[in-house]
Amino acid sequence: MSGLVLRVDPIACDGRGLCAEALPELITLDDWGFPVIQPGGVPAALAGEARETVRICPKLALRLDRGTDHG
Amino acid sequence: MIRPAPHLAAGARHAGWQEAGTLPRLLPAGFAAGPATLAEHRARYGPEPAPPRSHPDRLRLIGEVERAGLTGRGGAHFPTARKLAAVAAGPDPVVIANGTEGEPASAKDKILLARSPHLVLDGAAFAAGLIGAREAYLVVHHSVRDLVDEAVAERGRAGRVRFRVVTAADRFVAGEASAVVHWIERGVPAPLPRPPRLADQGLGGRPTLVQNVETLAHLAFIGRHGAGWFRALGTEAEPGTMLVTILGAVREPCVAEIAVGTPLQEVLGLAGGVSGPVQAVLLGGYSGHWAGPDALARPFSAAGLARLGASVGAGLIVALPTDVCGLAETARVARYLADESAGQCGPCLFGLDAVAGELARLADGHPASLATLHRWLGQVDGRGACAHPDGAVRMIASALRVFASEAEQHAQGWCCGTAGTPVLPVPPRRAR
Repeated sequence: MSGLVLRVDPIACDGRGLCAEALPELITLDDWGFPVIQPGGVPAALAGEARETVRICPKLALRLDRGTDHG
Repeated sequence: MIRPAPHLAAGARHAGWQEAGTLPRLLPAGFAAGPATLAEHRARYGPEPAPPRSHPDRLRLIGEVERAGLTGRGGAHFPTARKLAAVAAGPDPVVIANGTEGEPASAKDKILLARSPHLVLDGAAFAAGLIGAREAYLVVHHSVRDLVDEAVAERGRAGRVRFRVVTAADRFVAGEASAVVHWIERGVPAPLPRPPRLADQGLGGRPTLVQNVETLAHLAFIGRHGAGWFRALGTEAEPGTMLVTILGAVREPCVAEIAVGTPLQEVLGLAGGVSGPVQAVLLGGYSGHWAGPDALARPFSAAGLARLGASVGAGLIVALPTDVCGLAETARVARYLADESAGQCGPCLFGLDAVAGELARLADGHPASLATLHRWLGQVDGRGACAHPDGAVRMIASALRVFASEAEQHAQGWCCGTAGTPVLPVPPRRAR
């Protein structure tokens, strides 16, 4: 584990879906095209991809927080 | 308009009512209809609680609130002392007394403000003293706005606290704490993104205490009489009293005040008792839970209802008669809740709409998929900026459990409902 958690700001998110294409290991889309983050935090091996995914979100709706799933 | 319960409206003598273990506390018995004037209020409850004089005094009184065990009566039941302590730590804080009560079936906050506005003002002023605020906003339902204005005018300025009255937005989610802040700031009755917490950065960036008006009325009593007095009613784990709105298959639908933990059957007795057989009860609110008739034997408290997966929420209790279809009732409320989405978060806006549509098909006896419904409920839960989608999911999921056999009947084209009149009040649909 990287000690990082991906979070979506559901108000900012517009359902563009780039995140799910960039990081399908951790992000899937619901039936309406909005991202669902897999629970359990970001594995260390995917920390770089997670950072890149946060960067490419056109709505700046994705962020990486330090902490646990519940924090 | 729902009336206060008969035992609150007349008869009870008020001499000696302030003994710790007696009801009612919040709604003045023995007064004619209409709000208590400031003079009546003081004669009945005694002078306003004294504001703390120093920082140590503040901490001591917040400690007293903690010992009292008061929790938020807006529905979430968060410990009030923890909120007070969080906001008191910051500079230039502000109090918001939340009387929005956007829940169409609930009337307890409106009745409280209409009957005992000064108790809420006492509580708001006392809370302001506890956190060092000079300003308290009163956000109230339009039906009681004039009464609250009059009460504020009667008092002038209570010590150092300036009251500002705001008419609440008449929407379901408008009562969510950050939505109240958003409404005051910009006239938008929709939740704000979090973080930041309102206790850190709320109204105008100031530390903000948002408390339900009933919670503040209880706080006014803790300020007057202390924690021991407050704890003389209710249970050890859930002390105090709470207001409930009782509707449905009861003889006299009303708002009543109960000790937390009173058995549901006894609570329905305050509304004149049941008017016929009851097949289910909706508990807490439209974001609450359906439970079967066995719930009537349970105490109305978080502990008493936990086994049913239910909670007391904002105190709504609806007894569903046997001749009304619970599935059809739920479908109507689900449509209302979907329409009341603030529309900010995709899963709530699109997901609740899809759920409401599928549920309506199910209730109408059209081909519908329970599996799809359950998948969507799972996808919507926990996916919004506020708890609106979660609450809707909770209520609908409980209906699918409690009315499981009806769902099967509907799939075959049968319905248990024979009465034409719906039980759960829902306002007419708005143009979107």
